[in-house]
Amino acid sequence: MTLEQLNAVKEKMKNEVALRTHGGENSKYEKHILICGGTGCTSSGSMKIAETLEKTIEAKGLTEKVQVVRTGCFGLCALGPIMIVYPEGAFYSMVEEKNIERIIDEHIIGGQPIKELLYDETVTDEGIKALDDTAFYKKQHRVALRNCGVINPECIDEYIGRDGYSALGKVLTTMSQDDVIQTILDSGLRGRGGGGFPTGMKWKLAKNLVPDADMKYVCCNADEGDPGAFMDRSVLEGDPHVVLEAMTIAGYAIGAKQGYIYVRAEYPIAVDRLRIAIAQAREKGMLGNNIFGTDFSFDIDLRLGSGAFVCGEETALMTSIEGNRGEPKPRPPFPAEKGLFDKPTILNNVETYANIPQIILNGPEWFTSMGTEKSKGTKVFALGGKINNTGLVEVPMGTTLREVIEEIGGGIPNGKKFKAAQTGGPSGGCIPPEHFDIPIDYDNLIGIGSMMGSGGLIVMDEDNCMVDIAKFFLEFTLDESCGKCTPCRIGTKRMYEILDKITKGQGTLEDIDKLEELCYHVKQNSLCGLGQTAPNPVLSTLRYFRDEYVAHVVDKKCPAGVCKDLLSFSIIEDKCKGCTACARKCPVGAISGTVKQPHVIDTNKCIKCGACIATCKFGAIIKK
Amino acid sequence: MSDMINIKINGMDFAAPKGSTILEAARLANITIPTLCFLKEINAIGACRICVVEANEGRGFRTVAACVYPITEGMEIRTNTPAIIESRKKTLELILSNHDRKCLSCVRSKNCELQALANDLGIEFEGKYDGETQNYDIDYSAAHMYRDNNKCILCRRCVAVCEKTQGIGVIGANERGFKTHISSAFEMGLGDTSCVSCGQCINVCPTGALSEKDFTSEIIAAIADPSKKVVVQTAPSVRAGLGECFGMPIGTNVEGKMVAALRRLGFDCVFDTNFTADLTILEEGTELIERVKNGGKLPMITSCSPGWVKYCEHYYPDCIDNLSSCKSPQQMFGAVLKTYYAEKMGWDPKDIVSVSIMPCTAKKFEMGRDDQNAAGVADIDYAITTRELGRMIDRAGINFADLPEEKFDDPLGIFSGAGLIFGATGGVMEAALRFAVEELTGEKLNGEKLDFKEVRGTEGVKEASYNVNGLEIKVAVASGLANAKKIMDKVRSGEADYTFVEIMACPGGCVNGGGQPIVPASVRNFTDVRSLRAKALYDQDAAMELRKSQDNPAVKALYDEYLEKPGSHKAHEILHTSYVARKINKDFD
Amino acid sequence: MGMIKAAVPFNGTKEQEAELCAIIAELKDTRGALMPVMQKAQDIYGYLPIEVQTMIAEGLNVPLEKVYGVATFYSQFSLNPKGKYRISVCLGTACYVKGSGDIYEKLQEKLGIGDGGCTPDGKFSLEACRCIGACGLAPVLTVNDDVFGRLTVDDVDSILAKYAD
Repeated sequence: MTLEQLNAVKEKMKNEVALRTHGGENSKYEKHILICGGTGCTSSGSMKIAETLEKTIEAKGLTEKVQVVRTGCFGLCALGPIMIVYPEGAFYSMVEEKNIERIIDEHIIGGQPIKELLYDETVTDEGIKALDDTAFYKKQHRVALRNCGVINPECIDEYIGRDGYSALGKVLTTMSQDDVIQTILDSGLRGRGGGGFPTGMKWKLAKNLVPDADMKYVCCNADEGDPGAFMDRSVLEGDPHVVLEAMTIAGYAIGAKQGYIYVRAEYPIAVDRLRIAIAQAREKGMLGNNIFGTDFSFDIDLRLGSGAFVCGEETALMTSIEGNRGEPKPRPPFPAEKGLFDKPTILNNVETYANIPQIILNGPEWFTSMGTEKSKGTKVFALGGKINNTGLVEVPMGTTLREVIEEIGGGIPNGKKFKAAQTGGPSGGCIPPEHFDIPIDYDNLIGIGSMMGSGGLIVMDEDNCMVDIAKFFLEFTLDESCGKCTPCRIGTKRMYEILDKITKGQGTLEDIDKLEELCYHVKQNSLCGLGQTAPNPVLSTLRYFRDEYVAHVVDKKCPAGVCKDLLSFSIIEDKCKGCTACARKCPVGAISGTVKQPHVIDTNKCIKCGACIATCKFGAIIKK
Repeated sequence: MSDMINIKINGMDFAAPKGSTILEAARLANITIPTLCFLKEINAIGACRICVVEANEGRGFRTVAACVYPITEGMEIRTNTPAIIESRKKTLELILSNHDRKCLSCVRSKNCELQALANDLGIEFEGKYDGETQNYDIDYSAAHMYRDNNKCILCRRCVAVCEKTQGIGVIGANERGFKTHISSAFEMGLGDTSCVSCGQCINVCPTGALSEKDFTSEIIAAIADPSKKVVVQTAPSVRAGLGECFGMPIGTNVEGKMVAALRRLGFDCVFDTNFTADLTILEEGTELIERVKNGGKLPMITSCSPGWVKYCEHYYPDCIDNLSSCKSPQQMFGAVLKTYYAEKMGWDPKDIVSVSIMPCTAKKFEMGRDDQNAAGVADIDYAITTRELGRMIDRAGINFADLPEEKFDDPLGIFSGAGLIFGATGGVMEAALRFAVEELTGEKLNGEKLDFKEVRGTEGVKEASYNVNGLEIKVAVASGLANAKKIMDKVRSGEADYTFVEIMACPGGCVNGGGQPIVPASVRNFTDVRSLRAKALYDQDAAMELRKSQDNPAVKALYDEYLEKPGSHKAHEILHTSYVARKINKDFD
Repeated sequence: MGMIKAAVPFNGTKEQEAELCAIIAELKDTRGALMPVMQKAQDIYGYLPIEVQTMIAEGLNVPLEKVYGVATFYSQFSLNPKGKYRISVCLGTACYVKGSGDIYEKLQEKLGIGDGGCTPDGKFSLEACRCIGACGLAPVLTVNDDVFGRLTVDDVDSILAKYAD
């Protein structure tokens, strides 16, 4: 495909996709019904709904008028399955199959959106509010996610209609390798995978360090392993071509011919869409020999991860692509000099790549206009845990945690009290409410003992025990440690054992000191980033929630009521009506009493399963 | 000097060659940084974190692993701060929390790198971080050694030597995280794999996790039994290594003291494997000339190294006909002892206990092979390593350093310099050339003409070509099985047209065998152990009158009195053997 | 410890073997082929017993130990066949803070098996998994391709009952 042909496709598709963003008028179809095909919505049955939708449309003879589009993630996963009808932008949430026919009849045919099925935030007395005006979307700024939930990720033409591959065309026909690298350097883009290393610098090193290298590689880290993070997956599912385009640009910039995407096998939808995208890109000549008729050739292959978190570390990832146990190697040599198959290699993560084409097209100044002094652009977060609007959000760097959690996230459910926000996954830390007004960027998060990580943001409330959370993360890193270096292999194990002891009420104040000492040791002495950051969840909770640790070891109490060994269940005499429900439910017969008389729990027999609390209608049973 | 890099170590200015690691540069500045996983040319993975130092490349001091971190211009290094000492100590305490600390009964006590480190770093309480441990069963399945993973510290030196130096890879890291351990596929016993018994893994192990199977008690019991004639033979390399067990410098030749010690241990006869090394040359040399003249399978490849033979059987089963049919010198010795010598002495072979002292662990496997029982009983009853002999001497309270120099018993203790140099890579080749050239030309070789220097030295692969009376003899010498593979792939494909090939399983040959005294990494990383030990043998050879196997009078007598001539029917019955094609992986039905 | 054998005898078919051989032949000369071949082999056989790993080792000319080392490093590779119904409980952070740990415990208790285990009748296998990305439905578990979300401990019985056949 030539640049002219690309532009022709772009012209043709522009209006089709514009209908979904700013009401373009020249679409073939009167209505576009977008249904989310991301993992979240698929899990709650969106693909079945899409089928029913198509069947119903066909049955009613509307196929010429209505287009059904399976898109990537819209972001508001908590409300899935999600369906949006354009041009009016009616946002149906938690769609059920039984309502499809009614929506077609009343809305698509009758022209009347069904208000009670719409996302209530979008419904006003006057009609439907634009999605961008809702609390969830208002403060968001979608750069990396700009095509997610807009295009059909399995259709390259729709991507082209959204300026796709134009950046690659511009790069190959008008820019030198150094121009490209300088543009990325000027944009201030930093790696979105966690470390925050300047992307342009990485490219520059890979281009220049080994001038006579016969082979170089461009890798994409799509091995998103943080438990509770799904930013990269959403980009891959919703906009796979952006990654291919950006990698090809990177290949041109550093002089590489081959790219590898290392993607988690646990992301089947993302893997499928990448496969389709690669095949389409090859077919259109966006990958392969002589791209856009230039003498630049580049191709990309997929490699599937097989369930090892440590493969998110760059040297481990490359070792894994080489077909080995994914164990990290000491650096230097850095991959820019000696990476995959010992050749100069760059590795960026999915979200980093997703920014590249826009930076090329809009210029570095456009990018630097967003964000803080040292962190430019936007960041995608996967918002989860105890929060109303679970989902995917993209905000400019410098947005405060409070804005993200309270405004976009809609606050904590069930009127519970905030306790902490966890960023950076197992490498990050827990941030207490007193830091909620700090603008989010790389350096600020490190300053308060956490880190950006890849963008998981988990909210915790008063019912979460911070010692238990620290133990949860430690168990994760312990399980995912590759076992190569001593501090991580044995150190995390011993740290976990101490935490376990504390949550069982067997810890001492000396144990807390020993734990802290080990944290610093493992952090300082481990071979790779996994071990070097593994103690962060413990250190940050020790820093901000030390009193909870002390309560566990001195008072032998778990203030949040999580650590089972420290709980005791009892019945408040005044509240107990003697209904006997709890006694019947108790699996070990620990509750006794006569009808209509207050009951008693035998704490020696009680196994602390909590079944009684769940059963009691009068709130008469407490654990503390 | 542009190839030197200026650095600062512990406040002192210093220059070290470009490309040096911090560990190497510090060593040049007379500072030793402790290590555990690092082993020069074998393992550089930066995993144990014992060698950490603080390094500043202009962006502040960071903790790095000295063994793999290269020096850069202007780098400041601190090797000895309280924080660094504390880091090493804590890492070691973590290792100790997962180590079976039975030092008192450990075979490596006093020669354990972990124990030494614990002393050096002043560990006060080895149980500081005690917690869950894995409790592994000990693997006794192999003929020559056992693995006790409870003592393994996961330095992976054994894995590296097996996979890279030997190209075998029957052991590796399995599982991950705290469950990581070194074992074979599907946790099968080492004896069920294609392990060739070379024992290089034992030599590189810093702790007591890997050790040879010890036969010393059985030998002591046999010596104490008056109905047994206990006869011992010592391989060439043992005299070049044994002194290290008693603190002597590497490369000290202790032949005379070794003989004296063996007598004091109570062996009835103290003989030398060098005798049958000479015998091997006559048999093997004759076989070679026979093959050359009669269009036999070429190249002919030596069969002295049982590790190599087993490797060939597993990995090149299509090439076993290339192997010389000669038994190894150890087995020839046992065979001659229990036939010729038994008859001569009027002993019943059943009453003889044939003991060999070997630099080798594969000899423990070899003695149990089929077709190694010339007198109807096993040629060899106990094959023990140099290390085991060292232990026997210690246990017997013999003050080795002060022993007088004594001579081997006659006649099976008579040997030539050619037999002696079997211990170094290229030695068998040189000995064979000393025989073959004389045999083919009919002229006596003397003086410098006896030295075939092209095949000496510790390189992994050596090639040479000789024109002997118009006959082109192309030879190759390889030591270390990864090097053997290079030669064998060429032999298999027909690309190489060698006449004769010498292959030794261990890098550098028997002087560096898997049964030799263990040299700690702290020495090994900065010393060429193989060359020093080999030099002891070449020096002795150079000083000898008798330097050709064919001139050995005891060998001549053996043929005259018993075997008739090299390659005779009787010689074949007693001195030759056969091989079996083996698979790499077991079959499943 | 002794040699590890799969819980059930190997009964691979000629067709499966042919399929694996074809994959090996196709990828043999690709750099870093081991993992892709192992992944395909697991797709074909459902697990990677010694018989299959030996075919891979010999096909790619690498030590069996290397294959095994890789197989035991990555959690997705299995030495044992999975159950007819594979239950996977998400222990990602979002699910964990909403109580998926309790659900996982309850399943272990109900099925009488531990992490990675399979019931003796071969019906259910149980494993914990990292975030599957359905955080909006937390806590989540999957049975084969079915996803169950917004769970409480009390839902466990009814979910198991669905697969009672």
